[in-house]
Amino acid sequence: MAILTDRKTVREYDVIIVGSGAGGGMMAMVLSLHGVKVLMLEAGRNYEPTKETPMFNTPEQAPLRGRSNPDRPFGHYDATVGGGWQVPGEPYTDKEGTDEEFWWWRPRMLGGRTNHWGRISLRFGDYDFKPKSRDGLGFDWPISYQDLAPYYDKTELMVGIYGSNEGLENTPDSPAGILQTPPKPRAGELLTKKHCKGLNIPVIPIHRAVLSEKLDGPARAAILFPNNPLARKLVAEDMTARAACFWATDCGRGCSIRANFQSTTVLLPPALASGNLDIITDAMVREVLTDASGKAIGVHYIDKPTRVDAIAKARVVILSASTCETARILLNSKSTLFPNGLANSSGQVGRNLTDSVGSSLGGHIPAMESLPPCNEDGAGGNHVYSPWWNYKNQEKLGFARGYHIEINGGRSMPGMASLGILDETSPGVYGKKLKEEARRYYGANMRFAGRGEMIPNEHCYCELDPSRVDQWGIPILRFHWKWSEHEIGQATHMQNTFAEIIRSMGGKATPRPGRAALNKPGEIIHEAGTARMGSSSKDSVVNSFGQTWDVKNLFLMDASVLPSNPDKNLTLTVMALAWRSAEYLLDELKSGNL
Amino acid sequence: MNDSTLSRRDVFKLIAAASATGAMFSDPVQAKPPKPLTREFRNALSDPDFAHPSIPWEKPLGESELATLAVLVDLILPGDDQSPAPSAIGVPDFLNEWIGAPYQENREDYEILRGGLAWLNTYSFQRHKKPFVELSEPQQTGILDRICDPSKAAPELAQGARFFSKLRMLTLGGYYSHSATWKSLGYVGNTPIAGAYPGVPAEIIRILGLEGEI
Repeated sequence: MAILTDRKTVREYDVIIVGSGAGGGMMAMVLSLHGVKVLMLEAGRNYEPTKETPMFNTPEQAPLRGRSNPDRPFGHYDATVGGGWQVPGEPYTDKEGTDEEFWWWRPRMLGGRTNHWGRISLRFGDYDFKPKSRDGLGFDWPISYQDLAPYYDKTELMVGIYGSNEGLENTPDSPAGILQTPPKPRAGELLTKKHCKGLNIPVIPIHRAVLSEKLDGPARAAILFPNNPLARKLVAEDMTARAACFWATDCGRGCSIRANFQSTTVLLPPALASGNLDIITDAMVREVLTDASGKAIGVHYIDKPTRVDAIAKARVVILSASTCETARILLNSKSTLFPNGLANSSGQVGRNLTDSVGSSLGGHIPAMESLPPCNEDGAGGNHVYSPWWNYKNQEKLGFARGYHIEINGGRSMPGMASLGILDETSPGVYGKKLKEEARRYYGANMRFAGRGEMIPNEHCYCELDPSRVDQWGIPILRFHWKWSEHEIGQATHMQNTFAEIIRSMGGKATPRPGRAALNKPGEIIHEAGTARMGSSSKDSVVNSFGQTWDVKNLFLMDASVLPSNPDKNLTLTVMALAWRSAEYLLDELKSGNL
Repeated sequence: MNDSTLSRRDVFKLIAAASATGAMFSDPVQAKPPKPLTREFRNALSDPDFAHPSIPWEKPLGESELATLAVLVDLILPGDDQSPAPSAIGVPDFLNEWIGAPYQENREDYEILRGGLAWLNTYSFQRHKKPFVELSEPQQTGILDRICDPSKAAPELAQGARFFSKLRMLTLGGYYSHSATWKSLGYVGNTPIAGAYPGVPAEIIRILGLEGEI
């Protein structure tokens, strides 16, 4: 048993990892499978998807029919524990003068946000690593696609991703034999594809971290760990224990059969099986401790069940607490040597904060009325999407960078709002006729959501609030935000495009242009950039391995290190970076550099 | 982002429930050190127990109001051989739970529904000298026909029309989100399928003209 409920750490650790999500989970798996003794600290409670996931629970078994509310922002059955955009007892604030209210999403559970995410797993492309070289804005990465490609391959082999190779611009293919067969599209997805042809918008299979087929564990493990018999055995066994998707229930609930990716279904089980990983849950890290020479020696955390301060020590510290929480820990790690917070000689910790540009528009599609019943649950998320298609016209658009379109609609599980359209289509109707109207209009709608690339700007950042602490006594963050014309222009383009698609499908739509089109900053939950990687200690916080320039044995591995925030969602790239970083760290440990 | 809109009353209920299990706060009078959170501690709102759902707020409506609601929801979506009557699957009780909830939309709906039920009985009394539930069905639908469409209702019945519009939409939501109605609506999911996802049936391909897309 390596979840340390008795809170007693049993030995000296090589590495402490703060956080158990995509970055921390991947670091823990690769390191522990190579014999490194790892202690993971998680701020939330233990969470076991195989036992806790409400797979087939229906709305009438939930309060308010499972409807979303401020305590359960994605609905009652969402796999988020103890959090959301508010965590009880852990406030954050907006800095005076901000243009926008920032929303900061945090769960408090083992596996973090990987338990509830959309599982959309798109590789960043060549252009995404060199954005400044292309249009003069933002920052280039210190690595290129070719540097990360082998780790995308490994991550995709490990996690299991469905999708297809289409050879489109800046939309990388995976090598043969890695991707699983994508599920066939649903009716509304095919109808969208048909009508998008005339608009020159591609609609292709999306890549998602869901097993469409059972994994061949031994074959994949042999490719991943050719020279490591223990890792090969443990990973093969664990992959074999994962089931394929049975095409029911929303992935946002989590997955008790482990068909979809969560840190808790894919990364932590083999790591725990190695015997080299211990986890303390309900451990809220306050700061990284350093010695007189400026080396990291461990972390100071609050043991939440007892409210007692505690210290854990190791040769290396890795922060994977999430973009803003990692920045918060660094800023709170002040000492004489590091008066502005740890690893912050560049002054860039907390700066360059981005979230995806988000905007969506839905519409009633008359052609989809009164269709015969058909099970459209599918993979519990998208089957197709539209990658950005305007690389060649970018200069005419008036904004930089692009977005992808997530396509939703049709006959999903009925909830409180599923028949809201009848308010407009069928005023005054009740009785038998209303039931006919319900059957006619149910599922006859499509919704298009854009997820675009925001460019870091000097007005978007988080910093310590000078006067407030949370219930654990830890100084809290405050946020400052201002969209640039690029994001506003992009969201306007999204609205006009979605309206065009809906109209071409025979529906009616009224786009909302301008700033009103944008989701709130933080609402898309793709924060990045608060401790960006770069090629110089002068203007960046870490090197391409997530190693901080200022403290050699301190690593950061979550989306805080991303120099840019492409439209392709972050999780897959965080995992690929973590694998690359873990291999570097293994070499450094072996050669005695740390 | 606004904080949770739990009312003081609900917060006290939560505290009372948690204290009863020794989980949340110690008794301040006894000045003992604070009791630690137990490992079993869960917040019914932000960390719900899916196996044992609980609703940490009061349901405001009394029996006579629920009886009126039962008649109304069954007139809005009458039971037939394809699907049950709303009153048979607990829709009135659900509406009571809905309007008791502490969130903004529920508080707004509380005002509309509770006041609307009383308005309806008063209107019924004025026209027929009886409460709504005691009217014949033609008398009941006679009233509903006057308030069912807000754009056509007489100005002096605007409050009743507002009430019925809200009730109709909440009834649609509460009824069709119940799994007992799904088959009749045309939702056939939430059931495992072995093998590959089957995709769109040929009949729908034909209806939507998708032959060129597959």
